[in-house]
Amino acid sequence: MRDVAVVGIGLNDFGELWEKSLRTIWAESAVAALSDAGVDSVDLITVGCMSPGLFVGQEHLASLLADELGMAGVPAARVESACASGGLALRTGFAEVASGLCDTVLVTGVEKMTDVDGADATFALGTAADQEWEGFHGITFPGLYAMLAQIHMQRYGTTSEQLAAVAVKNHANGLLNPHAQYHLKVSVEDVLASTMVADPLHLLDCSPVTDGAAAMVLTTVERAKELDGDRPLITITGSGLATDTITLANRADLSELGAVRVAAERALKMANKKPEDLHVVEVHDCFTIAEIMATEAIGLFEPGEGAPAVENGLTSLDGKIPVNPSGGLKSKGHPVGATGVAQAIEIVSQLRGNAGQRQVEGARVGLAQNMGGSGGSSIVHIMEVE
Amino acid sequence: MDSPARFWREFPQRYRLEASKCTECAKVLYPPRVVCPKCGASTFENLVLPREGTVVTYTVVRVPPAGFTEQTPLPIALVELMDGVRVMVQIGDLADPSELEIGMRVRLEFRRISWDGEAGVIYYGHKAVSA
Repeated sequence: MRDVAVVGIGLNDFGELWEKSLRTIWAESAVAALSDAGVDSVDLITVGCMSPGLFVGQEHLASLLADELGMAGVPAARVESACASGGLALRTGFAEVASGLCDTVLVTGVEKMTDVDGADATFALGTAADQEWEGFHGITFPGLYAMLAQIHMQRYGTTSEQLAAVAVKNHANGLLNPHAQYHLKVSVEDVLASTMVADPLHLLDCSPVTDGAAAMVLTTVERAKELDGDRPLITITGSGLATDTITLANRADLSELGAVRVAAERALKMANKKPEDLHVVEVHDCFTIAEIMATEAIGLFEPGEGAPAVENGLTSLDGKIPVNPSGGLKSKGHPVGATGVAQAIEIVSQLRGNAGQRQVEGARVGLAQNMGGSGGSSIVHIMEVE
Repeated sequence: MDSPARFWREFPQRYRLEASKCTECAKVLYPPRVVCPKCGASTFENLVLPREGTVVTYTVVRVPPAGFTEQTPLPIALVELMDGVRVMVQIGDLADPSELEIGMRVRLEFRRISWDGEAGVIYYGHKAVSA
């Protein structure tokens, strides 16, 4: 396999972007990434998008977007793994460059979620669960994670206050991220006083509905050195993908996220790294319980230790291992198809050393973990700076 | 929501709780599958699931998806009916959702689950009630 470098990133504001369409927010991020890379043509465009059909009534998305960028004729492919679609778009681009099929790939993720109302958005997101045997009974995504939270609370004594501590930390980080959807300081009391969505998860335990897009340019290390010899060389050294049962009914152990554990093991093995080698981590905190379970599954903490770790500040910006310096899905926003790419962009910014006020000093090895559904799929990438 | 055909073909499982038991390794599958995920065999015999079980985990959905807005708050649980066989079902007849707890004994009853308006399909299946 060839070594793969990240040479361009493009990320604009996340939020309720009513004045812009899916194709517009996508093209703005793609142009920004190509400009950052200093590249004007690519061999492939990958598009991570969960459900343009349900959110904006549009399929055949990759061709539409290639044309939007004036690149009709260039190979383009939409990939989908629910909320891990962005991570899958990155892995697909990585594999194409590593294998030699392509030299330069534009990796993108996008979701336009506010063209439908709340009930329809909840339904669209719910299609990432088993529609015939879970969705049929009215369960929602907050509901599925609430069920995982109940098990975690019963087995490990995890508390609602500890879940709230995740939201407090991520909103504090989001205050330092100009692209975040919410610039909002919240307290544990605010989280516990917010509306109950699915017991025990409150509104402020949940990530929001968001419009957003993100894009990266990948190429070979040789070409990266030709493009800009002065910039730190960022390489993707590990990529792991794993699946698990989608239905919670068939999952052997509901106290852990098995797909995350396996995807992280695969990525760390490829990169020849251990969890303790990581300096900065972005995890898929679609709900506060998800961040706690993800940090345990990656191996940052023992099972049951993820919740006390947040409460004790170990994952804060100045903690032992900063988790979600971007503000996470919780504060930055969660345009589902864009999320996996945006997480990787945060790691690239941290490794370049230009993450501004939220910079993790001395970050040289970072990990981004993206997840589909209630853990039915997960994709993990490791990135390093030379 | 579902087309009538999509719902109709699931009657054996939804109405009668029919599962399939692998003739090679005895694993019970609900709903039935083409291949046994445990041993890879593909011959099964019919088995009707027991109606009593235990709550493994639960939640109360207070922000419902489209189609369930008239039924909130919506208590839903994962119920273990026999070793290794769990179903996701609504919990009916609860005066107060806070009565729900892990380990609670429940019994499945045939109930209306949701409906597509006055002229649409009415979806039936099982809900659990306190045993």
